Amino acid sequence: MGSSAQNKQNGVGRRDLIKRSAALGLVAVPTMSFLSACASGDSDSGNKVEKGKKTEKNPLGVNESAQVEFVLFDGGFGKEYAEDANKIYEKNFPKAGKVKFTTTQTIQPVLQPRFNGGTPPDLIDNSGKDQMDMGVLVGKKQLSDLTTLLDSASYDDPNKKVRDTLRPGIVEMGQFEGEQVWILYYAYTLYGVWYSQKALDGLDETYPETWDDMLKVCEKAKRKGIAGWTYAGKHPYYLPFSLYPMIAKRGGREVLDAIDNLEPNAWKHPAVKECFEAYYELFKKGYILKGTPGLDHIQSQTEWTKGKALFIPNGSWVENEAASTMPKDFGLTVSAPTGIDSSDKMPFGTIWASGGEPFIVPAKAKNPEGGMELLRTMLSEESSKNFTSKVKSLTAFNGGTTGIDLSPGLKAGVAALEKAGENVVNPRLQDWYGQLQREQIGVAVLSGLLAGSVTPAEAVKRIQDFADATAKDDSIKHYKHQ
Amino acid sequence: MQHGKYRFIVGFLVIPMTLYTLFVIWPFIQSIFYSFTNWTGLSPDFEMVGFDNYSRMFEDDIFWRSLQHSMLFALLLPLVTLSLALFFAFMINVGGRRRKGGPVVSGVRGSGFYKIVYFFPQVLSIAIVALLFQFAYNPQSGALNSTFKAIGLDDLQPVWLGDPDLALWCVMAVLVWSTVGFFVVLFSAGMASIPTELYEAALLDGASRITTFFRVTLPLLWDTVQSGWVYIGVLALGAESFAVVQIMTIGPGGPDYSTTVMVLYVYQKAFRDGQAAYATTIGVALLVVTLAFAAIVMKLGRRERLEF
Repeated sequence: MGSSAQNKQNGVGRRDLIKRSAALGLVAVPTMSFLSACASGDSDSGNKVEKGKKTEKNPLGVNESAQVEFVLFDGGFGKEYAEDANKIYEKNFPKAGKVKFTTTQTIQPVLQPRFNGGTPPDLIDNSGKDQMDMGVLVGKKQLSDLTTLLDSASYDDPNKKVRDTLRPGIVEMGQFEGEQVWILYYAYTLYGVWYSQKALDGLDETYPETWDDMLKVCEKAKRKGIAGWTYAGKHPYYLPFSLYPMIAKRGGREVLDAIDNLEPNAWKHPAVKECFEAYYELFKKGYILKGTPGLDHIQSQTEWTKGKALFIPNGSWVENEAASTMPKDFGLTVSAPTGIDSSDKMPFGTIWASGGEPFIVPAKAKNPEGGMELLRTMLSEESSKNFTSKVKSLTAFNGGTTGIDLSPGLKAGVAALEKAGENVVNPRLQDWYGQLQREQIGVAVLSGLLAGSVTPAEAVKRIQDFADATAKDDSIKHYKHQ
Repeated sequence: MQHGKYRFIVGFLVIPMTLYTLFVIWPFIQSIFYSFTNWTGLSPDFEMVGFDNYSRMFEDDIFWRSLQHSMLFALLLPLVTLSLALFFAFMINVGGRRRKGGPVVSGVRGSGFYKIVYFFPQVLSIAIVALLFQFAYNPQSGALNSTFKAIGLDDLQPVWLGDPDLALWCVMAVLVWSTVGFFVVLFSAGMASIPTELYEAALLDGASRITTFFRVTLPLLWDTVQSGWVYIGVLALGAESFAVVQIMTIGPGGPDYSTTVMVLYVYQKAFRDGQAAYATTIGVALLVVTLAFAAIVMKLGRRERLEF
């Protein structure tokens, strides 16, 4: 190659060449804008399968020869219960072939691209710490209204609607605003204070109903070298499982509703501070297991099953999750949270129970009827019993516990629900405002409160500020109790 | 011979240029474009919203905290890691006492062994390293607190990752531990190419080890140090800090936002909160910070090249 100077008149110099090819690259950029259509492409619903004929055995009109795709969150409940339901579906619709079934522990990374591309599966268990934001999905019209499912005949009794076989509150939990039902919570979770009856008997104590008694029991335990409390320090949003119903018990149901509705000064209600102070007292008196703020849920549960701490705020999945470390004679029991004293607005027994494992049918699913039919199958008495006996948790199906051997924790849970009667509360922060509940209230404030670095007064102020910021943020969809 | 050259070279350039544009430039342009929309990432519909995301970002406390932590990572991590690596590499290759009959320049006794030991963490994936240290930091049964207990420091039982004042340092320490070995090897290679005569001359002049290091080794190694600095800084702003913070810390990003970094914030906004457009906005900010970091290091580090 000659020098560039020599070519100035009749050719292209090296530098020019580079410049021009760079320019070429820049020109190429806009012409590739068609690619943006791929990156967030809108493939329309032209790919839906045809509906089948509605019959008594097929009230939803499922296309009998269309395959159905099901993605399950493989968490504390495992995947066996879903596989069992799939088998029943395959038996009922032999022409549809096998259910295309996959499980994952990270729902969002797996499914977000498929929602964005318009090809989501037909049924999803949108659960776990990587669940997709329900508020966004509803707001962007990505979900099917499940009213058709709720109004169709139930699996066991053609004269009963699916709706009438569910536990109270399940349908409402799946609504956001208006009548449509977007989510069907399959499990029925009981939140509360979990403990070993054996350990409590060993102290010669019963479960304390007032906070003074709670402190007394903890003091007694401390003298024996047992901590009163432990909790999932790395996931401090487990604390509300006993803290929120305690607030409701102290100040009435309205306090929690106002908190959920993000009303101004909702957190400044005296009941909130009194309950914060009660928990802060646990820290100050040294009743919390040392090192708890650095433990995750499994580690704290293990310390607790080893007998190093008496109480742990948790959900009913703990029986299944901690099964491998729980001694046979542990005597797992659950109780509604301890209140402050006898002047509390709601009686002892007030407990938090609500749907868990949110199942959704995407609006753009190929075979939404198939997805709903699978759900209908899962809500049969047989499948519900199967779930309860396998994973020791109740389902949304009302009843279904007769004739099966209830595990100790489940038995205690059913008893706690009976004791609570009407006094079941259902705070919605965790499904409406995930970031506020988990990250801001939980990780930023409550972790500090129980570790002693945040005082109750500061905690109230900081949480109120976070709640106000959430209320003001219009990139977040806001909801209200109906 | 000249007339076919233009077509010839363009022919060569077309494919790489297209690939580069498609897979490198285009995603950049796309994400800058998305930062002006309200795209959720969960649905293909979105609208243009102008500079809304940017004004939101400037008022976002968590963004500023994550920026602060990322900058701390980009400044401290290279400083600590490279200093340690330089020290180790020097000791392994040059710093040894002169032994009778041995070479003039040699490392400390057992340097071959140390070289392997230092490099060891490098063969573990960062995810595994993070998990291992998570166990070590466990306040109840972890290696650290157990050690404290064993040597009689029963009262000193920090909660490590659970303590907002300690968590960020804990995470940084893990990154130092896992990256230092790579640079020991890199600098060792650099030192091996420095002619022995220079060291001999320095020795004859009676220079101490410290003088030798600052007057001979470091200046001749400067180019390597500078590229290493940019490399680890970019890692600290990006992938590595994300992995350790995501796996090890509470929340993750906590407690009380004490360990949140920009990449983690991008991830959380895009893949947890369904705010992909806002995430791309923070991504653009991260791009600016990374470019600025590289530019500053190159500019500050520029000095006359020494030839040997």
